[in-house]
Amino acid sequence: MSDQATRDRYWKANLRLMAICLIIWFTVSYGFGILLVDVLDRFQLFGYPLGFWFAQQGSIYTFLGLIFFYAWRMNKLDREHDFHEE
Amino acid sequence: MDLQTLTYIVVGATFVLYIGIAIWSRAHSTGDFYVAGKGVHPVANGMATGADWMSAASFISMAGLIAFLGYDGSVYLMGWTGGYVLLALLLAPYLRKYGKFTVPEFIGDRYYSKSARIVAVICLIFISFTYVAGQMRGVGIVFSRFLEVDILTGLLVGMGIVFIYAVLGGMKGITYTQVAQYCVLIFAYTVPAVFISIQLTGNALPQLGLGSTVSGSESVWLLERLDSVVQDLGFGAYTDGSKATIDVFCITLALMVGTAGLPHVIVRFFTVPKVSDARRSAGWALFFIALLYTTAPAVGAMARLNLIETIWPGGNSEETQPLAYEERPNWFRTWEETGLLGFEDKNGDGRIQYYNDANEQFSPVAESRGWEGNELTVDRDIMVLANPEIANLPNWVIALIAAGGIAAALSTAAGLLLVISSAVSHDLVKGIFKPDMSERGELLTGRIAAAVAIVIAGYLGYNPPGFVAQVVAFAFGLAAASLFPAIIMGIFSTRINREGAIAGMLTGLLFTFGYILYFKGIFITPLAENVPENWLFGISPEGIGVVGMLLNVIVATVVSKLTAPPPADIRDLVEDIRVPRGAAAAHGH
Repeated sequence: MSDQATRDRYWKANLRLMAICLIIWFTVSYGFGILLVDVLDRFQLFGYPLGFWFAQQGSIYTFLGLIFFYAWRMNKLDREHDFHEE
Repeated sequence: MDLQTLTYIVVGATFVLYIGIAIWSRAHSTGDFYVAGKGVHPVANGMATGADWMSAASFISMAGLIAFLGYDGSVYLMGWTGGYVLLALLLAPYLRKYGKFTVPEFIGDRYYSKSARIVAVICLIFISFTYVAGQMRGVGIVFSRFLEVDILTGLLVGMGIVFIYAVLGGMKGITYTQVAQYCVLIFAYTVPAVFISIQLTGNALPQLGLGSTVSGSESVWLLERLDSVVQDLGFGAYTDGSKATIDVFCITLALMVGTAGLPHVIVRFFTVPKVSDARRSAGWALFFIALLYTTAPAVGAMARLNLIETIWPGGNSEETQPLAYEERPNWFRTWEETGLLGFEDKNGDGRIQYYNDANEQFSPVAESRGWEGNELTVDRDIMVLANPEIANLPNWVIALIAAGGIAAALSTAAGLLLVISSAVSHDLVKGIFKPDMSERGELLTGRIAAAVAIVIAGYLGYNPPGFVAQVVAFAFGLAAASLFPAIIMGIFSTRINREGAIAGMLTGLLFTFGYILYFKGIFITPLAENVPENWLFGISPEGIGVVGMLLNVIVATVVSKLTAPPPADIRDLVEDIRVPRGAAAAHGH
């Protein structure tokens, strides 16, 4: 069994990773897709106004990347702290 | 072969497939029935979650909704995908580690209280029934449009199919049927989208086609063309929104958080073998969902452009005239019969003047041209349903759309019915009234509860109470304001106690419920007109779940501070679900 200190370290590392992911999650959707949409729409991504692209395409791709990134990093964390499943 | 026969064959073949899967994957234990024995492969679970999640509304209505809303339609695209990030990071792995069967069970254990469990069951049943009524309605509508049977017959057939695989197979049957249903629905959705994209832009991928130039031009972007043709007819620019930013923000957030709080979605992550699988599986779920959700905006924009260019072949200008009614294409005639397209020759010139007659700034133009009001009514569902015909695709593709629509509705209905039946048999009957019930007895109770739920859902689908159209606001708002915060606080705080959680859930539930009732008046007449001037902080009933959620968190925190902290074993429970090792093992399939 692992001691309390390892648990705390693991949980802190998890929370930090989570915070980073959620900041990105917020930025691409609420930031680029909603709050800053008018500013970004002045730029073009091929035929897309950039803000519009984030709102209807880009945010979804980012969400997808974020989940797999988090899953991959957490598997590493699990192993480093010896909390992984057999 | 005519379309009718072909549709019967394709839809019939998918039904045989679903029933075959049901027989192969019968449930033998309560573990099978509730959580498919926790042995589902994460990729298969991702696919099943995709079908579970994408309802008749996603399949049939969403692209059309976006087609007419333009940028404002983004709330659905981001709102119904972003919730998976929350699920993967904040919920799924911990609930999988906790390792029991239902969402109310977790809430009851974590808050050491039968009352908390009952409150959660009430939230769950209310959310799930409002949602399922819409699905059954969808099944009936698809049947009646494509197979020309009446809605009641369509409903009964749909109920019969779900009955077979949900009652027999429970979660296990539902899971593998949903995998098949996902394949049917995604194929049916993307094939016409690819063809329409090739026709309009020469690009086979709709996601790229939407950002391409239109065929036959090197310099005109598709979205640019769309913006100009809609504005020429007095509509707002497609890539601009008309909703207030705060409302767009809150609706998106309510839909995201609501998604992560919907019991039938959460419970799918109880079915995978390991905690790490739950995280990965959420990624796969979003992958399969994103295939449809990134295609939908392309379908919406392209179908809208196609429609307008059919009605206004040369665009709208002083020299051009819209299409003469006598020269309308065949698909126009087909969909006129179903009532999804309607023409009324208001100025008696035999031509179809389609424009935005609600735009006052545009009315001088309309008057000078001798128009007397918009003459074409378009149901938004047509954007998906008529796509194959507009794109001149063969009949089997049209038949496939029917099968896809039914698959989308049935898969979601089955998932919802299962969480309802497990809440009744596991949380109410076994958990509260008859704790000493045997496994056989519980399995039987679960099956009976599923059967009863199907009958009620069918009834609600046939006699939809006025609120079916408001389901979205209700189900998502309530999930966001009640279950989601209770679960999250249960995992991330050790200090939130029984009193706090119950007070918080009730506050969130009642506030959200009251606000929606106040403006939409579901059982009563609305108490105030549903317009932005009357809304709290300018937030519409669709987005109010966000405020309900905040109230829930505040009340729960304050009440917990004022009352005794949770007992020591609850601390241990929370500590334990935070680490993956030691999750209850899977059993074989």
